[in-house]
Amino acid sequence: MAFKKFWNNYGIGYLFLLPFLILFTLFVIIPVLYSIFLSFTHYNIIQSPKFAGIENYRILFTDDDVFLIALKNTLIFAFITGPIGYFASFFVAWIIDQLKMRKFFALAFYAPSITSGIAMSVVWLYFFSSDRYGFINNLLIRLGIISEPILWNLDPKTILPVIIIVSVWMSMGTGFLVFLAGLQNISKELYDAGAVDGIKNRFQELIYITLPSMKPQLLFGAINSIVSSFGVFDIAVSIAGIPSPNYAGHTIVAHLYDYAFIRFDMGFASAVAVILFILTYSLGKIFMKVLSSKDE
Amino acid sequence: MINNKKKILLNTKWWIVYSFMLLLVLFTALPLIYMISTAFKPYDELFLYPPRFFVRRPTMRNFIELLTALDSSVIPFSRYIFNSLFTTCVVVILTVIVSSMGAFAIAKYKLPYGNVIFNIIIAALMFSPHVTQIPNYLIVSKLGLLNTYWALIVPKIAVAYNIFLMKQFIEQIPDTYIEAARIDGAKDFKIFWKIIMPMCKPAWSTLIVFSFVSNWNDYFSPLIFINKQALKTLPLILQSLAGGPGQVARSGAMAAATFLVTMPTIIVFLIMQSRVMKTMAYSGIKG
Repeated sequence: MAFKKFWNNYGIGYLFLLPFLILFTLFVIIPVLYSIFLSFTHYNIIQSPKFAGIENYRILFTDDDVFLIALKNTLIFAFITGPIGYFASFFVAWIIDQLKMRKFFALAFYAPSITSGIAMSVVWLYFFSSDRYGFINNLLIRLGIISEPILWNLDPKTILPVIIIVSVWMSMGTGFLVFLAGLQNISKELYDAGAVDGIKNRFQELIYITLPSMKPQLLFGAINSIVSSFGVFDIAVSIAGIPSPNYAGHTIVAHLYDYAFIRFDMGFASAVAVILFILTYSLGKIFMKVLSSKDE
Repeated sequence: MINNKKKILLNTKWWIVYSFMLLLVLFTALPLIYMISTAFKPYDELFLYPPRFFVRRPTMRNFIELLTALDSSVIPFSRYIFNSLFTTCVVVILTVIVSSMGAFAIAKYKLPYGNVIFNIIIAALMFSPHVTQIPNYLIVSKLGLLNTYWALIVPKIAVAYNIFLMKQFIEQIPDTYIEAARIDGAKDFKIFWKIIMPMCKPAWSTLIVFSFVSNWNDYFSPLIFINKQALKTLPLILQSLAGGPGQVARSGAMAAATFLVTMPTIIVFLIMQSRVMKTMAYSGIKG
């Protein structure tokens, strides 16, 4: 009887939700939980998982030098491209919002981030090619700045900077569109009221009106840029290869890929995935705290 | 103050801002312009030293060669275009329908645990998709889907962001529309299909763009799910074209392939741009 009442009230609703719920559980929820479980085991796909305690994590942080390189690279990468992408997105959106030809500017800045990283790496490899044919080498030689070509994507010293430059180029992601839309949605009355309250210039407007009204969009943009900057893979692989010279372009996801799908050491790879998960999730949570708009 | 923007645009100081922005546009556009220009270069221009940025005598030859010439294998390039196009379109259609239905339920049915489910979806926005790849691989392989189109479709329908965006959008549609339709005797599915969906056109158009872009460009899933040459998608093929030894014949085809892979996403966005912008304001998260 209780079930019948429940069904009459909510049955259709759950029916609408069901397809999403099944797929979401199967391919998102269970995988996250299963990753955590696997990270405490030895598992090579052929034999069933053997419990290993924290062995995988111990090896990751004490014995696996390559992981530490990958972690370091990813952190450097994320802490440079993440904030640059984030602030540049906001800054550019804020300026565009005040210009004419908004649509043109929006397209020009957004287009790079919807190109295929793999496809565009062909172009980037030409720009950063290590011989005299390379566009940048050629330019620098002709300008007399260098005499020998720089080995951009072969020299461990320049690999990470090149990956960072390319990623920054692609970093006006979804966050940029969200900022742009958010800016257009702030009601003009707020600015009028601000002017009455003594706001004098554009900078004050930005600090006292624009930023506080955009907290939900800023939060979304932050989460977006955290997840994408920590998940760097395509660009790193297509520019530096896997493994890259001296692991200079090795990232957490590259390490995960290496152990999971080349060596089939799924337990160990899952531990790498869990570390990545903890990093993005906790950073996301911190931003949620900082940008919480509940007080309003 | 309402005319503030216009007044300032007339101000001559703004030419500095415009030049600065155009300079930035140059930085974003240069690689794209080079990519487009190179795709139409004839052989002699491809191998000039010093290299030349713009094409002088554009030709379609690179495209014709890419599409007609066979590799050492017997699979024509058009097959990879089909693979990418087919799997992308199926994912896009299914994710739009599944996410919209789910979002409608969460937004308008006041389901018990509806909030819990939505909070989990928000949390899932913070998962890097790579975290789930290993179990996904195991699940896909258990289901016997490795090396089938399904492997590129089924795991990618339920995307947290898609249902999140639809829910945010549907939520602001007044309940009165639904109540009025119900009084007129419309059943739930009809309300969803005839009232909600038409009103959400900007939102699902946006989903189409994002889902198209991410699936078209996806490199990781086909990399781990697909070994069969005939089922590979464009990003994988590009990678192997690029990774091959620098044969002269390939550079032209490579440039053309890069063009073919890059342009569709930009065109799709360009067509849907104003709808996307209408929707994006709903992407905010209240922390």
